[in-house]
Amino acid sequence: MAAPFTTKGNSIENLIEIKGARHAYQTASGPLPVLDGLDVAVPSGTFAAVVGPSGCGKSTLTRLVAGLMKPDEGEVWLHGERVTGPRKTVGMAFQNPVLLEWRTILDNVILPLEIVAPTMPRKDRIARAMELLDMVGLTGFEGKRPSELSGGMRQRASLCRSIVHKPEVLILDEPFGALDAFTREDLWQTMRDLRAAEPFTAVLITHDLRESVFLGDQVIVLSGRPARTQYVMDVDLPADRTLDVLFTPKAADMLHVLRDQIKIAQGRDVEGQA
Amino acid sequence: MFRKIATPVIAILIFLGLWELLVWANGWPNYKMASPSDLPPAFWKYKELFFVMGWQTLWRTIVGLFLAVIVGTLIGMIIGFSKLARDALYPLLIGFNAIPKATLVPVISLIFIGQHDFNTILMAFMISFFPIAVSVGIGLSTLEPEYRDILRALGASKFTIFRKIALPKTLPEFFGALKVSATLAFIGTNLVEIVSPHGRGLGALFKSGETNGDYPLMFAVLIALAFLGIILYYAVIFLERVFAGWADREGN
Ligand SMILES: Nc1ncnc2c1ncn2[C@@H]1O[C@H](COP(=O)(O)OP(=O)(O)OP(=O)(O)O)[C@@H](O)[C@H]1O
Ligand SMILES: [Mg+2]
Repeated sequence: MAAPFTTKGNSIENLIEIKGARHAYQTASGPLPVLDGLDVAVPSGTFAAVVGPSGCGKSTLTRLVAGLMKPDEGEVWLHGERVTGPRKTVGMAFQNPVLLEWRTILDNVILPLEIVAPTMPRKDRIARAMELLDMVGLTGFEGKRPSELSGGMRQRASLCRSIVHKPEVLILDEPFGALDAFTREDLWQTMRDLRAAEPFTAVLITHDLRESVFLGDQVIVLSGRPARTQYVMDVDLPADRTLDVLFTPKAADMLHVLRDQIKIAQGRDVEGQA
Repeated sequence: MFRKIATPVIAILIFLGLWELLVWANGWPNYKMASPSDLPPAFWKYKELFFVMGWQTLWRTIVGLFLAVIVGTLIGMIIGFSKLARDALYPLLIGFNAIPKATLVPVISLIFIGQHDFNTILMAFMISFFPIAVSVGIGLSTLEPEYRDILRALGASKFTIFRKIALPKTLPEFFGALKVSATLAFIGTNLVEIVSPHGRGLGALFKSGETNGDYPLMFAVLIALAFLGIILYYAVIFLERVFAGWADREGN
């Protein structure tokens, strides 16, 4: 069965679709609505950056896409199929790299293959992991324990783990949020290079507008809780962008618009329009 | 390596020296306080008994501790994974743990009359499973959700997540508790050995020393118990190194 919202005959098909999602968590003090009319469409092979006020429901969005929970109302589609539960074609990385301390970096990266491809020979697993470690600049660290690596290196290893099984969908929940500014920019570039080399379609949650513009093909702004899709911006910048692009007038305009949208989402007045 | 062994040995020698000095300086007779020099003759005199009884105490403690590991881990898994079970079982567990185990000795020996080995093992088990259950339970229930989600998002089963992530991640806490439990299990074993009439084990040997007014023997038993306790403790440390050595941060 095909997804109802894909534009058939179009060369770009939406790989991820969330349509009219509503959800409330049941808490001790009654239901807490977190999603209220969330619409997301991510064409195959593109990168969607999602920004929004703190606590608005961004991580909840990622859990819907990953099939870790179902919305009370609305639909989630992946690759033309209704999402009803977890699937092997998803990869995830979080702000906390959650590496397993008792495994080497290499064996941490291999972990998803143990679940997704249980019959894959170990030498093939190692080859695949080493290929990725090389791309993120961790060659020579494969035998180390996570505690022997810096925060940025751990996050690089975590990124490798999230794509080692060639997922269709990569879900990134603020993966660079805990890093210092310089390391973060290094990782943006690493992410850009991985994107060119690997076939995934990505959803990136972030608090950093510059990051959303640098990495995203579109930026989706969510309203404050309960989150709905407030604003969608197409990022019309070259695919092989460098950090310099952030200093162009075009990017500055985009950042300005996004800033205003975030203020609206936070329920604050936009300067000059109050 | 040499320093690692030499340091505690020297510490022990200094301790024995001070003890000897204390007894000598006060002129205590050995029915008040035996001195270290009284101990080798006591060991020598009863050397067969020490081996037989020491072995009795050791194997029963280890069996009790082994049961505590199995049952404690199971209980820990139940309270770690199910909030309902946690709410239901915690008060019961804590209440049971709060009962001074000495009061249970007569209860047990009435229920299982004459089953000396069984009673001893049961007591060692009862006194030592609690720290294991609690530490495994807390370890599992405080596992950050992201650790679960990296595998759950791929459709991994609960059992796979437990085996690959939750279990290894809980091992450091588990071994911390096992060190406490190993000591407690000895207390449980000895409690029954001392209190039971016609008991066996080092506890019973202590009791016979007391009955016969053989004070050096009593002190020798205490030393033997300390020795067994140290052996068991280091056995646990060894297992910890093998299975959870990764938790040991180098350089501190
Ligand atoms: N399992 C849960 N049960 C109850 N409430 C929850 C649960 N998970 C999240 N919430 C609440 O729902 C709201 C949205 O959570 P979510 O984690 O999706 O927000 P977020 O946008 O990712 O926040 P942040 O910017 O801090 O990462 C928050 O107020 C949170 O406290
Ligand atoms: Mg979040």
